Amino acid sequence: MATVELKNLRKTYLTEEIIKGISLSIEEHEFVVFVGPSGCGKSTLLRMIAGLEDITSGDLLIDGQRVNDVEPGKRGLAMVFQSYALYPHMNVYKNMEFGLKLSGMPEAERRAKIENVARTLQLEPYLNHKPGQLSGGQRQRVAIGRAIVRNPKVFLFDEPLSNLDAALRGQMRVELSALHRKLGATTIYVTHDQVEAMTMADKIVVLQKGVVEQIGSPLELYHHPRNLFVARFIGSPPMNFFSAIFQGGDAAGSSVQLRDGSTLYVPVTSPGLLPGTKVTVGIRPEHVELASSGPNSGVVEVIERLGAITLVHVRMPDGEIIVVQTDGAVLTDVNSPISLTLPPRNCHLFAPDGLAFEACHRHPLAA
Amino acid sequence: MALKAKTSTRIGVTILGWGIALWLFFPIFWMILTSFKSEVQAISTPPKLFFMPTLSSYAEVFERANYWHFALNTVTVSVAATAIAIALAVPAAYSMAFMPSKRTRGTLLWMLSTRMLPPVGVLVPIYILARNTHLLDTCTGLAIVDMLTNLPIIVWMLYTFFREVPAPILEAGRMDGATRWQEMTMVLLPLALPGIASTALLSLILCWNEAFWSLNLTSSHAAPLTAFIASFSSPEGLFFGKLSAASTLAVAPILVFGWISQKQLVRGLTFGAVK
Repeated sequence: MATVELKNLRKTYLTEEIIKGISLSIEEHEFVVFVGPSGCGKSTLLRMIAGLEDITSGDLLIDGQRVNDVEPGKRGLAMVFQSYALYPHMNVYKNMEFGLKLSGMPEAERRAKIENVARTLQLEPYLNHKPGQLSGGQRQRVAIGRAIVRNPKVFLFDEPLSNLDAALRGQMRVELSALHRKLGATTIYVTHDQVEAMTMADKIVVLQKGVVEQIGSPLELYHHPRNLFVARFIGSPPMNFFSAIFQGGDAAGSSVQLRDGSTLYVPVTSPGLLPGTKVTVGIRPEHVELASSGPNSGVVEVIERLGAITLVHVRMPDGEIIVVQTDGAVLTDVNSPISLTLPPRNCHLFAPDGLAFEACHRHPLAA
Repeated sequence: MALKAKTSTRIGVTILGWGIALWLFFPIFWMILTSFKSEVQAISTPPKLFFMPTLSSYAEVFERANYWHFALNTVTVSVAATAIAIALAVPAAYSMAFMPSKRTRGTLLWMLSTRMLPPVGVLVPIYILARNTHLLDTCTGLAIVDMLTNLPIIVWMLYTFFREVPAPILEAGRMDGATRWQEMTMVLLPLALPGIASTALLSLILCWNEAFWSLNLTSSHAAPLTAFIASFSSPEGLFFGKLSAASTLAVAPILVFGWISQKQLVRGLTFGAVK
């Protein structure tokens, strides 16, 4: 197992800079997930680590060794591709054997390894099948098996589950997590699916336009997003935002005036911010509470009943929509008036530059 | 109603198709027919469709010229030119398909544009080059020229075939530790084999039928079947029976070959166009 270190990695295509100086350390056994919207550079970054893309500048270290100019096959990595990329002309056994054969491993040893991995992944009945004869889930297993047999220092996954249907994706997610626990291999996983990111990662790297927006544990990102982008990107349905005027703050919190004139005292520090500054308040739908009367009243515009939970879209007097996630059995109806309670401890404040104010107390699960 | 219109369209298209096919095939059919006629029957007016077939033309052709000598030259030149062209074109197409640069597209077009030049435009320089390198009337010389004339089209076809192979499969090979050479020979070539086969097939046919260079660069020693046909057309006026017999003998092998492999060939010619 190995550590991976990125030091100010940059990638330029023609004249456009795709990766704009990324530094990151990945510890042994760690499961790191790169997330971000499409085009954020997450796949390019993974391919740079794999050696499939040249590194324009910066250093890539695996186990402390600089590997910028080392061939992909010699970096001790294994990659699982989004399209599986199995060799269509070889059966499952040969697919897994290919890398071992190239490395010069003796036949008997190869066979033992492949059979062992095939047993783990329940691929034994399919060893003589060609990829074309397998289902999507089975192909995915073969692709993972091909990576495992090589006993790599680091596993790279490039959106491996995005070609599977929802049910299978959920199942494979659990299997991959279990596999990671069992093998304990350092893993870098690229996805745009935040459920995958939240459930599997030890550490999430949120990328946007070739820049790291935040690095942290899933709950750290959820409870303490560093800026508006991360706040909006992590969490589903996304966080509600509305504008407010900063009034003043002390060591225990900051007070802001909402548009309806009410005041909110949020436990975040606001050093150096001038009273009167326009700020953004953010609160997640699952933290807003419904009340029959009180301040912050609006009208229910849409109700989405998902069974266990209900999403209530409330239109505020200033026209903004606030989404509330509440109990599945809530009796509210469309067009009925409703009031919202915003628990201050769950509110986030963002400065005009988009950066979040530091919370006075860290969430216990995101320490 | 709509169905009826569709059916009539289909019948019309079928008739048209057969019509064109027959029209294209007619000269070959007539050539084969004439080869079994006596010289008198061959030039009789009106032309005879039914007659007593004779092998006299074939007998005379075999008596007058060594068919096997010409056929062997054709096979040697075609196979050699195709083999060398494929060997050169595979790495070229590989690099263009998987490591394209800004100029790949332009290079491909430029290569193809050399096919647009009339061969006679370079006859004198090529002739002088062949003479000075002592390659006149040798299979080597003819194979080199055939190989070079077909190379652009072969690179182009292989390029199209290789483009159909998903890049991640090759990248998976690279991750598995394959060198570029292993990636090409162990992953790409097996996948593109049907495409390579149909490209080779087309090249064989083009070389087999190539007449301009073989007539100009060979005389006796390396003369292929095209020269064999030509030798029956001029010296003593036109003897259609013998000319047809010689032509039939010359085209028969490649015709049979093409017929057997037509499925592969059609796939090659339309590859990438329909998906």
